Amino acid sequence: MSIQSLDPRVTRAHIEENTQEGMQEPLDQLQTYEVFQQKKRGTHHQHVGSVHAPTAELAIVFAKEQYARRGVCVNLWVVKTSDIFITEYEDEDIFSTTPDKYHRDPESYKVMDRIKAYKEKQLQQS
Amino acid sequence: MELTEKHVEGLKELLYKMADDQLIIGHRNSEWTGLGPLLEEDIAFSSMAQDKIGQAHALYELLEQLGEQDPDTVAFMRNDTQFHCCQLAELPIGEFDFSLIRQFFFDHAEALRFEMLQNSIFEPLAMVARKFRGEVKYHTMHADIWLKQLGHGTEESKTRMQNAINETFGLALGIFEPGDYETELQEVGIFAGEAALQAAWLEKISPIVQQAGLRLPDISEVTPAYGGRKGIHTPHLQPLLDEMTEVFRIDPAADW
Repeated sequence: MSIQSLDPRVTRAHIEENTQEGMQEPLDQLQTYEVFQQKKRGTHHQHVGSVHAPTAELAIVFAKEQYARRGVCVNLWVVKTSDIFITEYEDEDIFSTTPDKYHRDPESYKVMDRIKAYKEKQLQQS
Repeated sequence: MELTEKHVEGLKELLYKMADDQLIIGHRNSEWTGLGPLLEEDIAFSSMAQDKIGQAHALYELLEQLGEQDPDTVAFMRNDTQFHCCQLAELPIGEFDFSLIRQFFFDHAEALRFEMLQNSIFEPLAMVARKFRGEVKYHTMHADIWLKQLGHGTEESKTRMQNAINETFGLALGIFEPGDYETELQEVGIFAGEAALQAAWLEKISPIVQQAGLRLPDISEVTPAYGGRKGIHTPHLQPLLDEMTEVFRIDPAADW
């Protein structure tokens, strides 16, 4: 079944209508995808920016040239910006006392001093 | 088997047509810079155009090692009749549908040519073929994904893709115009030949076109656009060369 269009040039071209995947509606705007780049296997992917693209596949194609055409890259992730759930800046105060909580920071315990002192004491006793 | 003069001539013919194809299609595709359909595609297409110039340079260097002139002279000091690019490569960029289908047809042929050459007994060429494998893989990936996207896009995008395929297929067959040394190149294992390459190309692209909801014309009803390999070109090549070499010709001895 070929496409019967309002545009006679399209009808004359006898283009078969898609059966597996139907025709899509034209997009007014493309969505954005966030791009994450991995520089070496085993390391974290890092956010490097975003691209406009109609699909994730094309977002990868674009991301490769936008963000990985220079320097080293072994892997890329893209994720729809709209799929990322974010905190609100008005709730920024949920983090406000975090820097005060020294007891959660391992470096704030002077463990090394005590270990050293214990070792010295052991040496003296022997 | 010893390489005779004929083998070397055949090798040069092969290198010239590959390098000229890349230089000219690279220059053509760079004409999209600043005009691409969207920013990201503009950057991607321009970057791939640069890749092509780099590939051409690597092959002109091999020619220099075989006794030809240096890459700059070879690239910038010849007229159209001395170029061996296929006519497909030299045509203006047209609309994006044509440029995309040209990339699809050309880069699949190039990728397969490099794949065959990875086992060439001429080791410097085999090394170049291996070096650019990943680069060319990305170029075909780019073309395949766009083809699928637009083949399954809107009525307009599908119609444009199909029309571009119909108009470009005969030009693409011109890539595989037989050379004068096909037998010589095959007998020593330099290159398996244009006929073998065309067969591999058809086998490769047919399912991709079909999965994109499009169709290839009946090959028996299409006339291949031969001539480019023998220096017979469309009126579009010489103006391109004039523009490309304008600065170089002001002072060919200038140090860059």
